[in-house]
Amino acid sequence: MAVETKIAVAPAKPPVWNDPRYRALFFQVLVLGGVVLLGAYLVGNTMANLERQGIASGFGFLETTAGFSISQTLVEYSEESSYGRAFLVGLLNTMLVSIIGIFFATILGFIIGVARLSRNWLISNLAAVYIEILRNIPLLLQIFFWYFAVLRNVPSPKNSHSMFDSFFLNIRGLYSPAPIFEAGFWLIPVALVAGVIGVVILARWARARQERTGERFPVFWTSLGVLIGLPLLAAIVMGFPLSWNYPELKGFNFVGGMVVIPELVALALALSTYTASFIAEIVRAGITAVSHGQTEAAYSVGLRPGPTLRLVVIPQALRVIIPPLTSQYLNLMKNSSLAAAIAYPDIVLVFAGTVLMQTGQAVEIISITMAVYLTLSLLISAFMNWYNKKMALVER
Amino acid sequence: MKLTKVLLAAAAATTLSTAAVAGTLDDVRGKGFVQCGVSQGLAGFSNPDEQGNWTGIDVDVCRAVAAAVLGDAGKVKFTPLSAKERFTALQSGEVDVLSRNTTWTLVRDSALGLNFAGVNYYDGQGFMVRKDLGVKSALELDGASVCVNIGTTTELNLSDYFRANSMKFNPVVFEKADEVVAAYDSGRCDVYTTDQSGLAAQRIKLKEPNAHMILPEVISKEPLGPVVRHGDDKWLDTVKWTLYAMVEAEELGVTSKNVDQMKGSSSPNVRRLLGVEGDGGKNLGLSVDWAYNVVKQVGNYGESFERHVGVKTSLGLERGQNALWKDGGLQYAMPVR
Ligand SMILES: N[C@@H](CCC(=O)N[C@@H](CS)C(=O)NCC(=O)O)C(=O)O
Repeated sequence: MAVETKIAVAPAKPPVWNDPRYRALFFQVLVLGGVVLLGAYLVGNTMANLERQGIASGFGFLETTAGFSISQTLVEYSEESSYGRAFLVGLLNTMLVSIIGIFFATILGFIIGVARLSRNWLISNLAAVYIEILRNIPLLLQIFFWYFAVLRNVPSPKNSHSMFDSFFLNIRGLYSPAPIFEAGFWLIPVALVAGVIGVVILARWARARQERTGERFPVFWTSLGVLIGLPLLAAIVMGFPLSWNYPELKGFNFVGGMVVIPELVALALALSTYTASFIAEIVRAGITAVSHGQTEAAYSVGLRPGPTLRLVVIPQALRVIIPPLTSQYLNLMKNSSLAAAIAYPDIVLVFAGTVLMQTGQAVEIISITMAVYLTLSLLISAFMNWYNKKMALVER
Repeated sequence: MKLTKVLLAAAAATTLSTAAVAGTLDDVRGKGFVQCGVSQGLAGFSNPDEQGNWTGIDVDVCRAVAAAVLGDAGKVKFTPLSAKERFTALQSGEVDVLSRNTTWTLVRDSALGLNFAGVNYYDGQGFMVRKDLGVKSALELDGASVCVNIGTTTELNLSDYFRANSMKFNPVVFEKADEVVAAYDSGRCDVYTTDQSGLAAQRIKLKEPNAHMILPEVISKEPLGPVVRHGDDKWLDTVKWTLYAMVEAEELGVTSKNVDQMKGSSSPNVRRLLGVEGDGGKNLGLSVDWAYNVVKQVGNYGESFERHVGVKTSLGLERGQNALWKDGGLQYAMPVR
């Protein structure tokens, strides 16, 4: 005892420059300082060079009138809008195609991944063929395929395929009626929100009750009823405050209604079918990673195959699936920048394209565009990490 | 992919050495060839032929510069550039001169840090439509879908024109010219718009060129010419006077065929142009026979025009505005003296 204290109390105190803590700190400060200096030098050098070559710089251009139009705008935009507004339009278009792509890639990927593991020879081999073909052909070619080979086979506006005289499909896009919200419409979304809150509370209560008493409550069907019923009731009370603006052929094109442009369809199709082939492999790996003993154990306590998959296999497989799935989502989002090849007005085409060309401010615009992709990537990662934590094994 | 290319170019622009900014003339002499930025294939202007040799009036400008500086019109290397890439490629020093049906505008001349060396083709923007559309004038195009190239003056003029005439249109904007043509040809758009010369050139690529027509309206001024970097006056002078030499040669009746006899001409203007008299070449920092080499190896402006875009070619363009000033056109060389 006494000896130990002696050693602990009197360590040979090293000089400051030999103290590992201070030494580590010193080098970290040194490296950080170096990086900051290098950054400052690069920025200074860039500005000096731009100045010397007489190239404009600064961010003032964002307020200048854009003067060009864009084929798909999710927010109000016209030629009189600013470059900043055009940036927003491009950003939203990028997010739109990414979200659609991620949604369908996930569904398709899971289906194909499970199909790949099927004991049915035909199904499993069809899935294998799908995967091998799609993931081995460059994405750009697939985009061209959908856009120039497949979607070109739809008719011209004058010979559109039509459904109920309100949906029209032609080479310019898919036209559908657009909703017009009339006075009193507000009650419907309010009712929907109330329904969602009610359903959440119901689900909590049902689970608590099941844990207490073992009794099950038909949560799914009740929720569905509430979610449809409440807004319907609101609509009846308000006297159906909604009318439709139908597309009609005027001159060259359909006017009115809503349109899904073929560029969006081609890009979303290509992105989701391509990424699905990678997701399928990830899903397959995840499911095979769950030892077969787990399934057998589940069967032996009397679970049927459905619940076994849902309650035992998938939750464990998800832990293996989510991290690589995140990378696929990031890839899909970044791949959406190939949009420029087929005229989908994403941020690269609109902002790093037209705006860059018109202002010539490459450094600023490319920096902003990079920051956008970085931010979107970090957001996706943050969300997936949160989800991963939720799914992770909770050790007791 | 494209993004990385632009990024690289932007990065290159930031770390540019002083040498690349000033002294392109010495640079070119040092490396022994002219790096010339051209289109990715526009018949009559810059287009690779069956043997892979670049031809066209824009290509001839680069060949003429090589002839003037290096005495050999063959010493040119070509970099095909999309409309979007072209200025970054020039700014970053990837090419020495950009000769790619590029319109001279204020923004390009100022904010982009570039200088235009002259105009080798006076053009204007037009519209092409399918004949069976039954449209006779651009003013009937309200509500049409229009295919257009990104990064061009075309894109802006289009919006301006429709706005000025209170008409609406749906833009379909592509990065590569080939995709614009493919999309128009497949019916994605009612209208294809670009420079009139471009329409004539791209029309050949359509499945049925004769099923299409060019509308009478010309909605803009598109003076196309070679471009160099701002701040390199010597190189600007070189390209500018090479162009003038070609026009001047036509005006004086000097052609690639008769240039050797013309050396013995008694006309002081001809003698000065061909370096028999005066210090023209020396003042520019070139050899005495710089203009002789240009005319001998490339030809005068008229020869180049007729060879690539004139009425006898598949483009079939009239001289029109591009006739010499004395024939009522706009081509006018400053006095070579
Ligand atoms: N003169 C216009 C348009 C130039 C332009 O790029 N035109 C297109 C359409 S004709 C073109 O040259 N395409 C050929 C290519 O990209 O290779 C400009 O300078 O902005």
